Amino acid sequence: MTTTDLAAGQGVAPRALPKAGAALDRWRVPLTIAVLAVLPFVLPSQALAVNVLIYGLFTVGFNLLFGYTGLLSFGHAAFFGTGAYLTGMAIAHLGFGWFPAMLTGIVGASLLSAVIGALSIRTRGIYFCMVTLALAQLVYYVALQASGWTGGENGLRGFTVAKADLIGGFSVNLLNPLAKYYFIMFFAALALWFVSRVLNSPFGAAIEAVRENETRARACGFDVERTKLLSFILSGALCGLAGTLSALHLSIVPLDALSVHTSSIVVMMTMLGGAGSFFGPFVGALVFLLIEDVASLWTTHWQLIVGIVFILFVLFLPKGIWGSLIQLTRRRRAS
Amino acid sequence: MDLELILMQLFSGLALGAILVMVALGLTIVFGMLGIVNFAHGALFMVGAYAGLWIAAQTGSFWWALIVAPIAVGVLGMAIERFLIRPLYGRTPDDPLLLTFGLGYVLVETVRITFGTDGIPFSAPDALQGVVDLGVGYFPIYRLFVVGVVAVILLLLWVALEKTRFGLIVRAGARDPLIMKVLGVDVSRLWLLVFGLGVGLTALGGVLAAPMRNVSPEMGTLVLAEAFVVTVIGGMGSLLGAVVAGLLVGVAVSMTALFAPEMATIVMFGLMALILLVRPQGLFGRPAGA
Repeated sequence: MTTTDLAAGQGVAPRALPKAGAALDRWRVPLTIAVLAVLPFVLPSQALAVNVLIYGLFTVGFNLLFGYTGLLSFGHAAFFGTGAYLTGMAIAHLGFGWFPAMLTGIVGASLLSAVIGALSIRTRGIYFCMVTLALAQLVYYVALQASGWTGGENGLRGFTVAKADLIGGFSVNLLNPLAKYYFIMFFAALALWFVSRVLNSPFGAAIEAVRENETRARACGFDVERTKLLSFILSGALCGLAGTLSALHLSIVPLDALSVHTSSIVVMMTMLGGAGSFFGPFVGALVFLLIEDVASLWTTHWQLIVGIVFILFVLFLPKGIWGSLIQLTRRRRAS
Repeated sequence: MDLELILMQLFSGLALGAILVMVALGLTIVFGMLGIVNFAHGALFMVGAYAGLWIAAQTGSFWWALIVAPIAVGVLGMAIERFLIRPLYGRTPDDPLLLTFGLGYVLVETVRITFGTDGIPFSAPDALQGVVDLGVGYFPIYRLFVVGVVAVILLLLWVALEKTRFGLIVRAGARDPLIMKVLGVDVSRLWLLVFGLGVGLTALGGVLAAPMRNVSPEMGTLVLAEAFVVTVIGGMGSLLGAVVAGLLVGVAVSMTALFAPEMATIVMFGLMALILLVRPQGLFGRPAGA
């Protein structure tokens, strides 16, 4: 993806942006958190709000690799699913508490992304998509075969966390949907803050340099391979966190969490919202899940509608909703 | 473990591999020429199987299905290239990839709406059922037939690419489309034909595979991943690579199924990982490829 036209939230010099844009950029983390905080009250259902939260975070992780580093992976379900499975398995089989189980999931997903990343960044462009897809399929089949640990086709069950104990004797009742929402939002907020810091750091500039022109980045003295790998691992860790939260939320891990379908969803959400923009992932997740929510009311074939909408986006709005909005405001200012 | 069993398994690996060769060839021809990866390739394999099913039901003849279905789906492929992919030339290679990926969704759902979500059994014609004694053991006739058909197609393809004027233009176009344009060749018509050819090949694979497994809307998903594995092992854009790697993967999968059934699907991905470590450009790939 060569989005030379920089969207808000990328390393643009502040004076190049209109005032509102600069403010939006500076306050992007608090703004996103504020919107997320009211989401359960404005969306048709709280279940939808939790999904926007979890899939939005998943998409943020994916966007770090695709939107900012320019690497299109079709295998990110591997990290989402591994985060979810390891969390569930740590609780169900090893009797871990919720927090160590979460850490297990995140660390496991990061290690897996280090392995898959190291293998797949040896290839480029279109190859990269195919290799990530194939390696994720490998993880899927391993989980399917190791049914003693993972529950195989039936998915992993039996690790309901009803109450999350915090330090100092406090606890969160996870059976209360709203409490659970804010519990999950806390981690999403931490992750958002982290991603924002990463994007503003020199490393954030380095990954965009790799995306824009790999040869030039190399000529400038960047270690392109290490930059890509680190971005891959960070992305995998964030997707693992999303998986972990999804496991705590659903209390089951369906095998589908590792499937091509899950990898595909995150690609579509990113494209709908706008790759390489800070707000894009949550916008994309929201729009995708809204389409699913509304369309599945009157047809079981809602994927047809999603597919058509997606094709139209690729043809006519390749920058996604948020990216196109930014382009529009910039054009208006220029004229 | 007796020799006969191993031979039989080796042979069913070849039949499995022959199908993969069809799918991977289509993928790699389109990539070599147009520089795009068709993510709807697996879905078009599935559409081919359903088209075969439908034609066989209408005409009562498997042979009509075998001939008409790939051509019909190939024409569908040309329409896809003309109306959906052509507007994207000149953009990044990710865009056609993403578009065909969305198209795959649409095709799968359309088939689900038309034919239902359940798998449908599809049987080979009577003449191709049963087994034949080849001296070293009994082999299912249908699988022999599949290997034979694929061998004929490969031969035809080789003749078409190496011995005809069309083949010369195709090969030159794969090397440098710009020069072709300068020399006055209508490259866009060429691309239309090549895309149709690639889609037709995978559809033929779908029809051939139909009697060996159930026809279901999801049958394309695994095939797409398998075709990716084959093209990565063989080398993207290399026709010889697609043939060799397709047969190799087929045999590897079916031999593993004999000794360690639970590892059968996993082994080809392992093979791919190994190739990536040792020879990232694939067995027959050009090293510098982007």
